[in-house]
Amino acid sequence: MVEAIITGLGGLTVGFQHLFIEWKSLIMLFVGGGLLYLGIKKDCEPLLLVPIGFGCILVNVPLSDVMLKDGFLRVIYDAGVDTELFPLLIFIGIGAMTDFGPVLAQPMTFLLGAAGQFGIFLTLLLALYLGFPKLDAVSIGIIGACDGPTAIYVTSKYAPHLLGAVAVAAYSYMALVPVIQPPIMRALTTEKDRKIVMKFTAKPVSKTTKLLFPLVITILGGLIAPKGLPLLGTIMLGNLMKECGVVARLTSASENEIANVVTLFLGLSIGATMAGPAFLRTETLIVLGLGFLAICLDTVCGVIFAQVMKIMSGGKINPLIGAAGISAFPMAARVVAKEGNKWNKKSYLLMHAMGANAGGQVGSVIAAAVMLSVLAGMGVIR
Amino acid sequence: MEMDNFTFGITMLVAGMGGTLITLCVMSLMMTALGKIFPYKEEEGKED
Repeated sequence: MVEAIITGLGGLTVGFQHLFIEWKSLIMLFVGGGLLYLGIKKDCEPLLLVPIGFGCILVNVPLSDVMLKDGFLRVIYDAGVDTELFPLLIFIGIGAMTDFGPVLAQPMTFLLGAAGQFGIFLTLLLALYLGFPKLDAVSIGIIGACDGPTAIYVTSKYAPHLLGAVAVAAYSYMALVPVIQPPIMRALTTEKDRKIVMKFTAKPVSKTTKLLFPLVITILGGLIAPKGLPLLGTIMLGNLMKECGVVARLTSASENEIANVVTLFLGLSIGATMAGPAFLRTETLIVLGLGFLAICLDTVCGVIFAQVMKIMSGGKINPLIGAAGISAFPMAARVVAKEGNKWNKKSYLLMHAMGANAGGQVGSVIAAAVMLSVLAGMGVIR
Repeated sequence: MEMDNFTFGITMLVAGMGGTLITLCVMSLMMTALGKIFPYKEEEGKED
């Protein structure tokens, strides 16, 4: 009987024994803890990094079966990430939360949203040069969209083995925009540039225009890049619900309950893809490095494009607003406004930057949609 | 025949970035047109 008790108690130590055999899982427990630390103590995208960090811990506890067949995280992953449903549901919420008024008031700022996507394609080139397969390179490049749901949508579809690294890179670097962007903005502008005061003369936008905007963008975008219609359609559906004002309950549910529940499940599912043996590879470090580069390149190209616009406008445009042409909304706009105000106390760039930032929001989705449609056109994907 | 990585990358850069720029340019023009066809009226401000 004593032997049976000892054998039974031995079962309680198996996890500890495996902890030292599976050293990669042990390291990943610390990585999960690090993500929790960033989210909780540093307030770095906590809504995503807390569930990602916890999901990472759950999947790396030795003998964990949460991602095995019928494990609870596997069920959530298969239902929402594998089917691409979660990023799309989040997009409805983002559309419901985003005010496209500033970009409608100054449609030219849409173009800054295009310039802010250059990083995607330049990083894709670099990833190919480093030897990544085509669809892996596409998924790495998409980190440059600065848009978590878009990156997750594309990666879960075409390079699911990179999902953990891509998602962590996308969300971590988005949170680091206030640290990453200002040095680049200063390097690419002169003090005189940064002091330019832009007058905000935009007229108010009519309700009809605001209502037609999501419809026109969906149909036009869908015709040009049908592969990205789910992305574009969901963000525009959310925006239409917000602007029409007759479905307040649906709008509220999209931006609160649905977005919250899906964010939780999405974060846990992503964390669950970070199992030690699959995540701790040189490839992951390269993905994180390339993701960082992608966001830097977005900022570089955005500011250079704004410099061109400054010259064409006869010096009326402050090139700092080019940095806001990314999807990190409204953080990038705030960074630009703060930087402009730092150099000239009479300079208020917020509304212009918000226009560029809303353009970047649409621009990142359009870039992903165009990329998928070009891939389909080349026969790389179906 | 499968496309080599260099050709693929350049095609993606030109078609992808060009496509994005053109699409957003067209959308920007559409938004400008919508703003002109349906201008803001003072009554809308009063309703709000």
